[in-house]
Amino acid sequence: MPRVVVDVMPKPEILDPQGKAVLGALPRLGFSGVTDVRQGKRFELEIAGEVTEEVLAEVHQMAETLLSNPVIENFTVHVEQPA
Amino acid sequence: MKIGVVTFPGSLDDVDAQRAVAIGGNDAVALWHGDHDLKGVDAVVLPGGFSYGDYLRCGAISRFSPVMAEVIAAAGRGMPVLGICNGFQILCESHLLPGALIRNDHRKFVCRDQRLRVENNRTPWTSAYAEGAEITIVLKNGEGGFVADEATLDRLEGEGQVVARYLGDNPNGSLRDIAGVTNAAGNVVGLMPHPEHAVEDLTGAGTDGLGFFTSLVEQSFA
Repeated sequence: MPRVVVDVMPKPEILDPQGKAVLGALPRLGFSGVTDVRQGKRFELEIAGEVTEEVLAEVHQMAETLLSNPVIENFTVHVEQPA
Repeated sequence: MKIGVVTFPGSLDDVDAQRAVAIGGNDAVALWHGDHDLKGVDAVVLPGGFSYGDYLRCGAISRFSPVMAEVIAAAGRGMPVLGICNGFQILCESHLLPGALIRNDHRKFVCRDQRLRVENNRTPWTSAYAEGAEITIVLKNGEGGFVADEATLDRLEGEGQVVARYLGDNPNGSLRDIAGVTNAAGNVVGLMPHPEHAVEDLTGAGTDGLGFFTSLVEQSFA
């Protein structure tokens, strides 16, 4: 079953308080060297049948309308083949 | 006037909003998220809460509920719509209002009496206030940081679409201290603080919020 993955990230200029919280927690746990953390979302869509150009175009539409808010987030789409 | 108050799964302040509508001299009409018509109301309030559990993003799922298709169409025809807190988030997700609301910059839920300045008293929801009126109503939110790009913020300021601004310390990181905005036509208003919790002396922060619910009546008799 082919899988299409949509990664959604807050736009670079949008404050990411969750990422900041993670960044603040890392040194407290003894992890050093991380200068910034941005937290996003990953959607794994299981697709019935082949992943055609049309299917990908439709996934883009899903990402634009529901999975992301284009005012504050960017997204990328890629296909993962089963191992 | 008949003012509909929408209840979504997870709405919290719908009953308070209905009560405020009635105290303001209007008839409150309960609307359900699954409704396909607005029952002949003259205006709609989208109340606060955590509709659809705030899953995905606050307001993102509610925006596609059946009743919102009706609200969006009616708003396009000029019907007054007020979104409070989660309702504001739903209106932004619906693209009825510009910008978006993100997690508070200090990452904590905030719950306090909040001073505001009413910047625009030319909307159907704020006409009972004097321009520049300073009011105190309840603020309670976890994701109340208003954001938009610089060009949008400049346009909102330039066109008088900022309806209310926070006074004193900025409670949630909202850009330019914006607490509420309206659309270009001026009939859709979103507000992060809760006027419906400030309509009776017995409870809450006084009665400064009442104007949001009496403005419509004053207009219809003007």
